[in-house]
Amino acid sequence: MTLLDVRDLHVTYGTGAAAVPAVRGVDLTLAAGQKLGLAGESGCGKSTLALALLRLLPRPARVRGEILLDGEDVLTMSWGRLRAVRWAGASIVFQGAMHSLNAVHRVRDQIAEPILLHRLETSQAAARRRAEGLLEQVGLPAARGGAYPHELSGGQRQRVMIAMALACDPRLVVADEPTTALDVMIQAQILRLIERLVAEHGIGLLMISHDLAVLSDTCDRLAVMYAGRIVEEGPAQRVFTAAEHPYSGALAAAFPTVGRAADRRAPQGLPGDPPDPARLPGGCTFHPRCPVALETCAADEPRLREAGPGRRAACVHVDSVKEAR
Amino acid sequence: MSGESAEKPGTTSKGAKDAKPRTPAGGRAEPGADGGALAGPLLDADGLRVVFPGRHGAPAARAVDGVNLSIGAGEIVALVGESGCGKTTLARALLGLVRPTAGAVSFRGAPLSYGSRALRAYRRRVQLVLQDPSGSLNPRHTVYDAVAEGLRIHGSPGDERAAVASALSRAGLRPPERFFLRYPHELSGGQRQRVVIAGALVLDPQLIVADEPVASLDASVRGEILALLLRLRDQLGLSALVVTHDLGLAWNIADRVAVMYLGRIVEAGPVEQVLTAPRHPYTKALLSVLPESGTEPVVLTGEPPDPARIPGGCRFHARCQHLASGAAASAGVAAACRGTDLPVLPGTGTGVACHLTASRAATPAT
Ligand SMILES: Nc1ncnc2c1ncn2[C@@H]1O[C@H](COP(=O)(O)OP(=O)(O)OP(=O)(O)O)[C@@H](O)[C@H]1O
Ligand SMILES: Nc1ncnc2c1ncn2[C@@H]1O[C@H](COP(=O)(O)OP(=O)(O)OP(=O)(O)O)[C@@H](O)[C@H]1O
Ligand code: SF4
Ligand code: SF4
Ligand SMILES: [Mg+2]
Ligand SMILES: [Mg+2]
Repeated sequence: MTLLDVRDLHVTYGTGAAAVPAVRGVDLTLAAGQKLGLAGESGCGKSTLALALLRLLPRPARVRGEILLDGEDVLTMSWGRLRAVRWAGASIVFQGAMHSLNAVHRVRDQIAEPILLHRLETSQAAARRRAEGLLEQVGLPAARGGAYPHELSGGQRQRVMIAMALACDPRLVVADEPTTALDVMIQAQILRLIERLVAEHGIGLLMISHDLAVLSDTCDRLAVMYAGRIVEEGPAQRVFTAAEHPYSGALAAAFPTVGRAADRRAPQGLPGDPPDPARLPGGCTFHPRCPVALETCAADEPRLREAGPGRRAACVHVDSVKEAR
Repeated sequence: MSGESAEKPGTTSKGAKDAKPRTPAGGRAEPGADGGALAGPLLDADGLRVVFPGRHGAPAARAVDGVNLSIGAGEIVALVGESGCGKTTLARALLGLVRPTAGAVSFRGAPLSYGSRALRAYRRRVQLVLQDPSGSLNPRHTVYDAVAEGLRIHGSPGDERAAVASALSRAGLRPPERFFLRYPHELSGGQRQRVVIAGALVLDPQLIVADEPVASLDASVRGEILALLLRLRDQLGLSALVVTHDLGLAWNIADRVAVMYLGRIVEAGPVEQVLTAPRHPYTKALLSVLPESGTEPVVLTGEPPDPARIPGGCRFHARCQHLASGAAASAGVAAACRGTDLPVLPGTGTGVACHLTASRAATPAT
């Protein structure tokens, strides 16, 4: 059984004329020990999807579809069961969370809290010891556990967040922009750390970032989202270097490769802005920005289809490309 | 941001200017945007130091600790380095926003004077562009007001409306009238950053100092903003100092790159040279962690070092992979790495501050 199996997931914020369809029919699978990257421009629905996985969305959001975690539907489980699943079944490193650590508690105690809550340890002292062990796993000396968040650097706080996500030995970890806003060298440290922990614990990792280059370097598979849908999915390196969908291609081209002559003094952008989810264009949502759009693209929205071994893409050109081969 | 006088970083031990022979115009000599021919660099930092006094008896932080840096007319220079190495402090000193503890900044050959009138005139010609989100645009000001603000502060004569429209179009917001009455929340991230750039362009500056101008933008939008900076250089001869920790950005637009480590520039030179054949171990490490690097990543451990405790000898020695691996010892420079300070690099041309690189250059490879 796959660890995570998401089927036709929809999330809509608000109602009526103000409805914002942020996620519009997403299918995803993730096996234990696998690393799946989720990329896309700001506002395409990445965090909404992540929060939906653990039923952490704010009240007015409406969710439809299935989220099977080890075969059990997160969307229909009881609150009691959900509480057990959060942390121990699946945990999340929130976007920007390193700024939201509780300022008045020592970081060690913040890590110990879910450990006590889930009765993995029953005494304060044992939970603290376990928290210190986790800190060491993420490369912070146990003694730093006594620090308050403001006494730590951004990279150190992000390590604390990762230690906290691991506190209850989850099977699935969702990391939402875990290295955004960190310096290159610290980013490299954190990514190496995540890779090591995932391998050591056999965790399934869903890593979200707008940085396609980072994801393709870290993950096994890569899914690219646009306007609430996955428009391409496949082996990470292949999607990054030889995209099937024009949007993933444009996104990949926007990451310059140092040393590559074609990128020298030639920054690549993608004209236009991501669409407003409250006012999506008809047909293929990418058509107003697509350099290879056909006339039919304004009317028909292509579904994800097979685009080579282990790959899917949602573009009219995909079939013609395959026929040409 | 547009404070009129330079803030002093405490200990203003002025005049302790580093004795450095002035290399006459190693940089590009191009006509300045004013029409007058410019023999030397447009902007030049000479032996610059900025020291922040420590609080409660803590040691002072030498955020900028001896920097020479020249920017020629029409040149784009990237200043790269990890968080906390002093990039923003150096940029602020170049803008006259912080008064150097030692050394001098000169513009078109004349040293900055820190009187409020002189500074105001200077900041028309050298404009700061910050990354957008946290507060460089007032949410209650329209695009028109945001762009016109600079003109009003500087009491510029002439047709304000025309100047604003022209700046917006140069920043790629066309037709400009369509944007006049919009508020920041009605714009996309890329459009907001263009408004910030238009606000700088409206005063017809000769140099833009951009501190992480695209760090908060999506890659797709980022490319568009960088292309804009390149176009402004090509069409208006606008020079730029781009502060970033993104080496890809430097590859995308810069002519020259200066790599900063703990308050000093440790390697500088043409982009092609520094980024494809780095010579300083720190530059090598930075490049090695890029996803595209073919080499084994050298992930430096630990946090960025502390400018209040700069080690003696080579300031990178505690983290240097070549010293740790014994390569420096085999070359006979390990003691120098730990004990002998390195000279400040010249502000133009090529340079590397490393004992090992120097010893290899001295002894031809066998
Ligand atoms: N609570 C909410 N109420 C209404 N709309 C929301 C809410 N949260 C998010 N949205 C909208 O849903 C869309 C998707 O947002 P989401 O945060 O999932 O994007 P994202 O891909 O994570 O973007 P980023 O890269 O900026 O983090 C956006 O248009 C956003 O404005
Ligand atoms: N006003 C100040 N008082 C004391 N120390 C300061 C002050 N401003 C900066 N520093 C210190 O000087 C050093 C350099 O800071 P600076 O902001 O210039 O770094 P940076 O290279 O721009 O970093 P980043 O990439 O994170 O923006 C840091 O160690 C910082 O803590
Ligand atoms: S379906 Fe049409 S508009 Fe959409 S990505 Fe493909 S070619 Fe472009
Ligand atoms: S001088 Fe020595 S310690 Fe410093 S970078 Fe060069 S080899 Fe490394
Ligand atoms: Mg998000
Ligand atoms: Mg800075």
